Amino acid sequence: MWWTRLKALIVKELLALLRDPKARLILVGPPLVQLLVFSYAATLDVTNIDLVVLDRDAGAASRELVQRLEGAPDFRSVVPVAGEAALAAAIDRQEAIAAISIGPTFSRDIAAGVPAKVQVILDGRRSNASQIVAGYISRIVQGLGAEIAVSGGRAPPPVDVVARNWFNPNLIYQWFMVPNLVASIALLIGLIVTALSIARERELGTFDQLMVSPLRTHEILIGKVIPPMLVGSVHLTLYVLAAVLVFGIPLRGSLGLLYGSALFYLLSVAGLGLFISALAATQQQAILGAFLLLVPATLLSGFATPIENMPEWLQPVTIVNPLRYFLIIVRGVFLKDLPVAEIAAQTLPLALIAAATLTAAAWLFRRRLE
Amino acid sequence: MAEPVVRIENVTLDFGQGAPALRNVSGLVEGGITGLVGPDGAGKTTLIRLMTGLLLPDEGRLSVLGFDTRSEAAAVQAAIGYMPQRFGLYEDLSVAENLDLYADLRGLPPAERAEVFERLLSFTDLKRFTGRLAGRLSGGMKQKLGLACALLTKPRLLLLDEPSVGVDPVSRRDLWAMVKELAGEGIGVLWSTAYLDEAEACDRVLLLNAGELLFSGPPGDLTQQVDGRVFRLTGVGQGRRAVLAEVLGGRGIVDGVIQGETIRLVVAGGAEEKDAAITEARSRAGEGAEVRPTPPRFEDAFIDMLGGGPGGRSQLAEASPMRAAGGDEAVIEARGLTKRFGDFTAADDISFSIPRGQIFGLLGPNGAGKSTTFKMLCGLLKPTSGEGRVAGFDLRRKSAEARNQLGYMAQKFSLYGDLSVDQNLAFFAGAYGLGGARRHERTALMKEVFALSPHAGMSAKDLPLGLKQRLALACAVMHDPAALFLDEPTSGVDPVTRREFWTHINGLVEKGVTVLVTTHFMDEAEYCDRIALIYRGRAIALGSPDELRASVASPERPDPTMEDAFIALIERSRLAEAA
Repeated sequence: MWWTRLKALIVKELLALLRDPKARLILVGPPLVQLLVFSYAATLDVTNIDLVVLDRDAGAASRELVQRLEGAPDFRSVVPVAGEAALAAAIDRQEAIAAISIGPTFSRDIAAGVPAKVQVILDGRRSNASQIVAGYISRIVQGLGAEIAVSGGRAPPPVDVVARNWFNPNLIYQWFMVPNLVASIALLIGLIVTALSIARERELGTFDQLMVSPLRTHEILIGKVIPPMLVGSVHLTLYVLAAVLVFGIPLRGSLGLLYGSALFYLLSVAGLGLFISALAATQQQAILGAFLLLVPATLLSGFATPIENMPEWLQPVTIVNPLRYFLIIVRGVFLKDLPVAEIAAQTLPLALIAAATLTAAAWLFRRRLE
Repeated sequence: MAEPVVRIENVTLDFGQGAPALRNVSGLVEGGITGLVGPDGAGKTTLIRLMTGLLLPDEGRLSVLGFDTRSEAAAVQAAIGYMPQRFGLYEDLSVAENLDLYADLRGLPPAERAEVFERLLSFTDLKRFTGRLAGRLSGGMKQKLGLACALLTKPRLLLLDEPSVGVDPVSRRDLWAMVKELAGEGIGVLWSTAYLDEAEACDRVLLLNAGELLFSGPPGDLTQQVDGRVFRLTGVGQGRRAVLAEVLGGRGIVDGVIQGETIRLVVAGGAEEKDAAITEARSRAGEGAEVRPTPPRFEDAFIDMLGGGPGGRSQLAEASPMRAAGGDEAVIEARGLTKRFGDFTAADDISFSIPRGQIFGLLGPNGAGKSTTFKMLCGLLKPTSGEGRVAGFDLRRKSAEARNQLGYMAQKFSLYGDLSVDQNLAFFAGAYGLGGARRHERTALMKEVFALSPHAGMSAKDLPLGLKQRLALACAVMHDPAALFLDEPTSGVDPVTRREFWTHINGLVEKGVTVLVTTHFMDEAEYCDRIALIYRGRAIALGSPDELRASVASPERPDPTMEDAFIALIERSRLAEAA
């Protein structure tokens, strides 16, 4: 009996979603845009760098340095300039992100074995990119210095740092980003679909119809939570497939564990969505509410910036954010074989959040009836 | 002859979805009050928007006050006053601020404002409320304020789009009086309405149905067509629903509806045919029945023009089992139902009980508490005190059992628009726990009875209004409930569909189903066995339609209408409260 009722509700929810052209658009559009934008366009790598060089030395060593800069794949252009004024202008007009000024005694100093100096001027307006460019340039300059030392028969620098990147040896940006997207897409879709479901019925006037039917309140809530979870897991699966098949990202951990924890993640997301839905009177309010939650949830999750970098007073806020825990799980399952104990440790808070949000939503839902 | 106020020539407009909104409509609006009459979806609003020049016809032309709406829209708009259906009042502004805003928008010089506002506020009797927020006004006062805003620059033509929707009968009378006064000053008024009884008060009528103009001229000319063909069948009392179904099966009967304890009949034209029809009707009605001629109404003529009503057979009722008379216990019962929101009492100690196989009506102005009472009785709202029972189950303690016994149909046919007819039926069957063979049998029956099979795959939102109504009723009665809750089920619905609906309801009631209906539509009130008139949260009168009418009869008005009774009872309650 209860199963007949619940099944009818779940089927109806899915049909309402799939037969409404606007809802279909929500299911296809944003996920596709998100996948393309975040994995191709919104890259944090710094490439296509434009550089200007003021070479007042024009000796063998300075020519070698310029050639090495030109040869580096991330530098798009290395343009010589005639004087200080032209150098300043190039930075000022953002024609170049960095300028290298080589003093007149550069080659002579190197030949003489005296420490030679190169000045690098960076555009502080683009602080993040500048730092990365500075890193590239100093690596090239150091490489040149070391080789000259060796060929000159002098001792190489006493400490030689060799960096190896584990889990993502070539530091491919997409290996970092696409697993993140697996988590965030489930949040986006799960939240919007749940938030809209009750608000839509309120707007259409079908909500009363539902409430006078023998469906009990908890059945309605379950019937409202399961369809978004199903839809969310379909999106999650498609993203996992895209990660493996399109982006060639290694899947080193257990898929079963990933889905096991995803169940609790989706539950907690649906709980949040239901909470918004119970509050909102119209679909418009529900969408606004969902985005009001979505943006801070993404920013405070470690999606793009590590939580440890946030100010200490802000960090505790992230404890209630389900995305924070699921991000760790997804990244771990993809790039390293995250152990069961660690997955369980991250799933437990998800289960607690789910319990809290679903209880709150049910309470609010009942209260709105009076 | 003077140039008419509006000349409509062969106007066609097709929005590209289904049937055209207007098909080759030609007609005139002259001075005085012109009624634009027709059910929802007939094309009334479209025609009004065409007159304002906000929409242009695909074919044909309109001229308003001598200006062509295509080439001289600005001149048209400067000369008319237009009050859309949901008038653009700013709910968060006060009455005075709304007037000021519209005066700015219409470019009324500040020097003239004081005088104009004074005149309009006393005309609309809103002077006492200038500081009140528009959102806090009652439906009737909102319409009056809307009217005042439309009158700011003294238009030569006033277009009113369904001004009487959501307005209680008392305010409706006020509005009519105001509009008559305006017409007396020489302003042309176009009053659109879905209430056919309002047509009779107009000087001229344009009757629209499904995008076509069926009639244009003085309402009396149309009513005349059924003159001498309208009768009242009396002495049918308790069995009137069965008698109506029986009589409608007779030859030569065009239309029949229940009016209190009598039946109103329209018979076919032609002297011989007429006599034969009456004789047959009398014999079908059984002993004690009498047939008396009665003055025709506009609606009688409208139905006659559409080729008659839908007949009296309800396949639904025929397929429904007779409900056993389960003792004397009431099927729906309100015991001291009270609901308070903060310090506002929306419903105050309302009690009544509805025995098996009766139709009970909750009647009252908007905001009087009838919806609150209705919602408490179907479990949508928890009463502050008192209790509601359905089929013997307390709604609070045994809510699921009670809800299994009730069918619910809301005003706006709350169906799932994106789901097909089949999917809607399947959902409601499932929600009521119907499974297996029973589910199959009931859905098949619903599709057959309501002729839904040809549209089974269509999305509910794309169905024509009449079919939507059928589907909504099918979903509400799918599980064969003991009690039916109907919330203004047929307001705005065309009269043929309305009759079809009530044929089913009457048939079900004969089988022992109990019905609670809310309405402010006097026609629906006539179908009730008993009515509770709700006003300011209290039930101020309770009785059969005939009893309520009789209670206000006076030497000046020996045969009051339902609306007269409604107004008189409310006035009486106001006086009692003041005293």
